[in-house]
Amino acid sequence: MFGRLTWDAIPFNQPIPLITSVVVILIIAAIVIWVWRKGWWPYLWSEWITSTDHKRIGVMYIVLALVMLIRGFSDALMMRAQQSFAIGASQGYLPPEHYDQIFSAHGTIMIFFMAMPFVIGLMNFAVPLQLGVRDVAFPTMNNVSFWLTASGALLVNLSLFIGEFARTGWLAYPPLSEKAFSPGVGVDYYLVALQIAGVGTLLTGINFVTTILKIRAPGMSYMRMPVFCWTALASNLLIIAAFPVLTATYAMLMLDRYLGFHFFTNDGGGNSMLYMNLIWVWGHPEVYILALPAFGIFSEVASTFSGKPLFGYRSMVFATMAICIISFCVWLHHFFTMGAGADVNAIFGIASMIIAVPTGVKIFNWLFTMYGGRVRFNVPIHYLIGFMVTFAIGGMTGVLLAIPPVDFVVHNSLFLVAHFHNVIIGLVVFGVMAGYTYWFPKAFGFTLDERLGKIIFWCWFIGFYLAWMPEYALGFMGATRRLQHISDPSWTPYLTVAMIGALIIFLGIVLTIVQLIYSIATRDRRRDVTGDPWDGRTLEWLTLSPPPHYNFAVLPDVHGEEAYWTRKLTAIREEKLIEEPRYEPIEMPLNTPVGVICAFFASVTGFAVIWYIWWLAILGLLGSFAAMVWYAWRDEHEHVIPVEVVRANAQERRRVRQELLAELIKAP
Amino acid sequence: MKKLGWQYWRVKQRIAIAAVPLLTSGCDRGILNPVGPVGSAEKTILINSTAIMLAIIIPTMIATIGVAWWFRAGNKKAQYRPDWEYSGAVEMVVWSIPALTVLLLGGIAWIGSHDLDPAKPLKSATPPLNVDVVSLDWKWLFIYPDQGIATVNQLVVPAGTPVRFRLTSATVWNVFFVPQLGTMIYTMPRMATQLNLQANRQGVYDGISAHFSGDGFPGMQFKVHAVPPKQFAAWAASAHSGPALDASTYDRLQKPSSYVKPLTYGSVAPGLFDSIVANRAPLPISPRTTPPAVHVSPKPPLGHASNVR
Repeated sequence: MFGRLTWDAIPFNQPIPLITSVVVILIIAAIVIWVWRKGWWPYLWSEWITSTDHKRIGVMYIVLALVMLIRGFSDALMMRAQQSFAIGASQGYLPPEHYDQIFSAHGTIMIFFMAMPFVIGLMNFAVPLQLGVRDVAFPTMNNVSFWLTASGALLVNLSLFIGEFARTGWLAYPPLSEKAFSPGVGVDYYLVALQIAGVGTLLTGINFVTTILKIRAPGMSYMRMPVFCWTALASNLLIIAAFPVLTATYAMLMLDRYLGFHFFTNDGGGNSMLYMNLIWVWGHPEVYILALPAFGIFSEVASTFSGKPLFGYRSMVFATMAICIISFCVWLHHFFTMGAGADVNAIFGIASMIIAVPTGVKIFNWLFTMYGGRVRFNVPIHYLIGFMVTFAIGGMTGVLLAIPPVDFVVHNSLFLVAHFHNVIIGLVVFGVMAGYTYWFPKAFGFTLDERLGKIIFWCWFIGFYLAWMPEYALGFMGATRRLQHISDPSWTPYLTVAMIGALIIFLGIVLTIVQLIYSIATRDRRRDVTGDPWDGRTLEWLTLSPPPHYNFAVLPDVHGEEAYWTRKLTAIREEKLIEEPRYEPIEMPLNTPVGVICAFFASVTGFAVIWYIWWLAILGLLGSFAAMVWYAWRDEHEHVIPVEVVRANAQERRRVRQELLAELIKAP
Repeated sequence: MKKLGWQYWRVKQRIAIAAVPLLTSGCDRGILNPVGPVGSAEKTILINSTAIMLAIIIPTMIATIGVAWWFRAGNKKAQYRPDWEYSGAVEMVVWSIPALTVLLLGGIAWIGSHDLDPAKPLKSATPPLNVDVVSLDWKWLFIYPDQGIATVNQLVVPAGTPVRFRLTSATVWNVFFVPQLGTMIYTMPRMATQLNLQANRQGVYDGISAHFSGDGFPGMQFKVHAVPPKQFAAWAASAHSGPALDASTYDRLQKPSSYVKPLTYGSVAPGLFDSIVANRAPLPISPRTTPPAVHVSPKPPLGHASNVR
């Protein structure tokens, strides 16, 4: 009846997961009861859970990312603690079978459920606004994407309470991840959760490529798009090209595990090298799926806070697209030590280095954007400068790893681990934190606390250096990754410093939550009434903060590379706003519960497949299908926003801008 | 007050003195202290490439902070050029600097990859020693085909002699790595990789698996003893008195175990390495027998259940 699922799956004999489970269940229950007592469920359901508004979906992605950041970082702290204690005679507090699950979960969660949702969330929020349009191409699909991602995250976290997670590392290399060596449910949790989330990500890719290619405000030609939109386009093209590879690879491994196929097994003609190649054909572009939008955010930040256009816009666009293409030609550098010939290694090594050229150009262009500017040291510019300094080091160690003879001695070592944390923290985390601070006032109508923001930046910055510079050194000493126990006591000081670094980053994460709560509590004195708190240059700053569901009363007519900046200059020059346009009623897509219903059935199916509960799997699939059919037969899919509402909002916005303009003209 | 400061300084000094050997002892065994030609060449490439790149990134980092600070909004002396967004000359320079660097490093990578190809035999007047390496759950088996002996978690080699390795795995993937000798390489089931290394300096060096392979992975360590050639010959001769590595001994050996103490076998079943690569009977790669961490009880097979009844 319940397949492999028995009471043994609950970790009664393991205090750490058991206590965590109980605490998490209590917290969730408390939140549910609190929201219910406050009577917020109808609001949450109709305004958020079923929303097709790209801005709301973006915010939900970021909430998911922040929750997963806490989960993933708890794993990181546990690993750091284990490596600080389990040295020499001590075995630490985590047995290998538990420690191995933690590092696998840390990598999986941080990449798939922290970094990806954060980046996708920011794209969701900002791209349609920057393009000057009302929503993405497929608003309902956008909602489905989000809920499928959330379903994957749910399954990965469920493995903590029911069963176990993979003990194979975050990419689950076979043959270790094959049934013969990992007979438990851990790898199945990993595969099924990522398959479901992968569908969500692929749908996002399709959605955004269509949006950017087909739906832009009048006059918004390709070479007038903000660089963030360009990087979003490149990133989503990579998603479309790379995620099907991931899905196919995991499907093959699932066939091996579920139906006794032999794609990657030791026997029956399987070849595990194939998996290594396939997973990195996805895995290397994945790095740039995360990196490119972060580059885009920094481009926006550099130009806005320097009060200047981005230096070398065409160069930036070219560099972005170059990275997008070359990133597909370098996957082999993840296994130079597999014994391929010298020619193969050298060619892939050089191809990997070539990516450093457009990336280097970007760094110089941000530098020259600040040159001659009036740099305002708000929080996002802190992240920009911190990123430029930190990423230079990460880029250097990346190029070192691309030189095959150097890789021969540091492959798989803590040097490598330090390198990719250097780029993921220095680029992606700094980038999304900058974006979070930058667009927060647009999303909610008030700014985040600046002082706490700067402290959070310094926690990340200092914490990063303390946590990862010792790991670079340990890599030179021959320390490999994923060690549950350290034999060499002379590494203790390095590991202790790394632990301190991790604690400082932890403080930064705690302060991020404090900042959010404090800023909400004091929102009345940090209101953004202008809709343009940073003196922005792109179209998202043209509309209200927070923007109405339809974003713009009338789609803006774009002149020049910096759509909003050009408008502001024209208004100042002519000492008046543009003519008031004729307002019309706006048709917007209706909200729909189809996304959350499908994701519910996807989670049920996933859980059933993991535990071999076949009748439930079939029920889940039928449920999903039925929801889709029900949705396809709907009669109404749009609602009309009456012209009075549109006009009232727009006129309020004009009044504010008129006042601003009057002040600007009065000033010398 | 002054005295207290002095004492404080003395304590700090003592801690510093105590810390120095602690901090440097790790480096003694790392890739920056190579003992053979392969490791030395790799260290040279590592240091040269780092130096080339630091020559560019350090000025860039300083310029980043310098430019941001000089052009801060409050600095009245800085010239504000709100429309300066393009300069052909600057573009030329910013594309050239990384391109030239990569050209130079690409050359290093191309030459280095060919010179240090793991499969390429090392140049030497001394004939090489052959060693076949098998990674097991979670220990290393070293077979000396020419001497007809084998060891576990202990690799004895003559100093100054090239060693030619063939490597495979009787389980999942691992990486054979002796940091002070240089190049690491994957050991993969059903495949044999090749590696050539040499220890010039006598001594005992740490070896590890550098690819996660399961629960016992941290204990998958071995020692490399680089001894004078004569001493190696004497050791190989005396090793013949050890037990034989036949099918049944191998069957016991390949069962999962970790932190295994060094063992020596006086004789080896002929063709053992090749039969492991071929996964041929009577030595098939067997699934792990350790129970999963969470005791998910698998369904008993039907035949078994009926026996009980």
